[in-house]
Amino acid sequence: MSTPILSLRGVNKSFGPVHVLRDVDFDISAGKVTALVGDNGAGKSTLIKCIAGIYTPDHGDFLFEGKKVEISGPRDATALGIEIVYQDLALCDNLDIVHNMFLGREKKRGSVLDETSMEALARKVLDGLSVRTVKSIRQSVSSLSGGQRQTVAIARAVLWNSKIVILDEPTAALGVAQTEQVLNLVRRLADNGLAVVLISHNLNDVFEVADNIAALYLGQMAAQVDKNEVIPRQVIELITTGKSAGVESAGAKR
Amino acid sequence: MSTPTVAEDSTEKATLKSAMHDYWLRIKAGDIGSLPAVLGLVALCIVFGSMSSVFLTPGNFANLLTQAAAVIVIAMGLVFVLLLGEIDLSAGYTAGVTGAVLVILITNHDVPWFVALIASVIVGVILGFGLGTLVARLGIPSFVVTLAAFLAFQGILLLLTGEGGTIRVEDKTILAVENSNLTPTLSWIFFIAVSVMYVLSGLHSINSRRRAGLKSEIIKLWVLKTIGLLIITGLAVFALNVERSNNPDLVSLKGIPYVVPVILLLLVIGTFVLGRTPFGRHIYAVGGNAEAARRAGINVKRVRIAAFMICSGLSAIAGMIFASRQNSVSPTTGGSSTLLYAVGAAVIGGTSLFGGKGKMRDAILGGLVVAVIDNGMGLLGYAAGIKFIVTGLVLLVSAGVDAISRKGNSV
Repeated sequence: MSTPILSLRGVNKSFGPVHVLRDVDFDISAGKVTALVGDNGAGKSTLIKCIAGIYTPDHGDFLFEGKKVEISGPRDATALGIEIVYQDLALCDNLDIVHNMFLGREKKRGSVLDETSMEALARKVLDGLSVRTVKSIRQSVSSLSGGQRQTVAIARAVLWNSKIVILDEPTAALGVAQTEQVLNLVRRLADNGLAVVLISHNLNDVFEVADNIAALYLGQMAAQVDKNEVIPRQVIELITTGKSAGVESAGAKR
Repeated sequence: MSTPTVAEDSTEKATLKSAMHDYWLRIKAGDIGSLPAVLGLVALCIVFGSMSSVFLTPGNFANLLTQAAAVIVIAMGLVFVLLLGEIDLSAGYTAGVTGAVLVILITNHDVPWFVALIASVIVGVILGFGLGTLVARLGIPSFVVTLAAFLAFQGILLLLTGEGGTIRVEDKTILAVENSNLTPTLSWIFFIAVSVMYVLSGLHSINSRRRAGLKSEIIKLWVLKTIGLLIITGLAVFALNVERSNNPDLVSLKGIPYVVPVILLLLVIGTFVLGRTPFGRHIYAVGGNAEAARRAGINVKRVRIAAFMICSGLSAIAGMIFASRQNSVSPTTGGSSTLLYAVGAAVIGGTSLFGGKGKMRDAILGGLVVAVIDNGMGLLGYAAGIKFIVTGLVLLVSAGVDAISRKGNSV
């Protein structure tokens, strides 16, 4: 594996007496889709919130492009080019696609919104992602389908020259065709050189697009392996028991 | 030369058709905007015009504008708060309190009118800051906070106006706002200046979109809309320039009432803030999905507080208009049906009670509808009771249309 763009080493996080993450190691590489799997309560959300700067880990190191960095707030994460697409999308239904993509980071000329350059840039990003399903980028988000909304949310994340995009269950609420659409988009993001983290419960999705798979079990990294070295049954074992015959555990790798 | 023109023309025709189709789709999807208010206004004018010989006279038209003015300005402020999905029930009495501050400063302390006006707006903004802070920081529902303020401000107004109950205002400028008119020549100059600015800003935005290679509004549609608007407003100016005094030798009454440019100025500023600035965009975002706005890095609490401050600040302007119209302030200034009419105006105009949808011009359209009902039924000799019932029903219908269109939208 090439040098990871972001490496977590020995990350620990407790909420009061609950030890949610225990010595987690996690690597994310540019141009790769890294799937993060694990049962409910395994610590997936906590882990990505640590990466996004929403939680600060109790101890542990973050290595960004080989250099040690501190992520102590969402701003730090954004500055490094880390973007999260949340499960519940966080789009404003009453605003159009362009407004949503630039929400909170509007382009201005003086103190006035620069609509034309925002629209042109939004168009460029959507074209760059080969998004052709949206009729007009000036239509309000409420008129979009679930897959289109997910697309807008993802496009918003890549608008800012981001390097790492974390997707929290992007296909959870989608139908078959739309899931396919979004997975294609996820693949394209990685092919464009982004590091993509895909959180999913759906192993079909994971095996379809991921390059490597990281399984969390009760707050510990059970294993992070290349997709081609495992079969779905082994991943299920990792998720449910934390170990699987024939898979090198994360602890043993060190 | 002729061939490209024809080709361009045919594409424009096609797109004009598709623009109509898009508009129809938007209406079907529940995005009706101010269409019901415009239709309602036309229908009401036809009904009252046919039933009363006075209704469609220039004199009554001018009267209508001055009657509607204060409610329109309060409704403009309420649009900011309603866009967040909040409400300000105290806006009427905020106008009363700030109007009292204005009049007391002018009459009892001989302060120049503009200093007094600035002071009263500042008082309004401070009251709004208090309301907004309670809503945004403590998380008390705005309904409760402003209901409490409704009562408390009524008390403050009672204390300010004191035992006598009424404080007269004799400042010429303040009185002129509701009682005097621009001269007919000035009225036309004003109309032409505003029209030119409107056309230029429209052309500028179309041009800059074209240059950026973006799809812009179809020129033909824009020209049609602009010409229609200019004809209607031009006719209004013409009607207002007709002599409407019964005894022109004694007092001449013609021209645009001063309050019209005041409202127009507020409309332009408000529309600019809501449509063109990041702050305005954030108001829509918070109203649409507060959690999404927060995650996008918008300071939701600050936006909420600012909206309440703007609402109360505009109420202070309405307070000035009340003082001008009544020549005084009294303990009932901004009371009784004022607030309900203002909320009604915003909602009838097309602003959603659920937040996230609404425009500045809604306040004017809705305010005119409310004023037309009030004025027309008064002319027809209906009792105040009937007027309230009808206005209440109109508000109910508008809120119903809003709720149903929202439902249609979410399915």
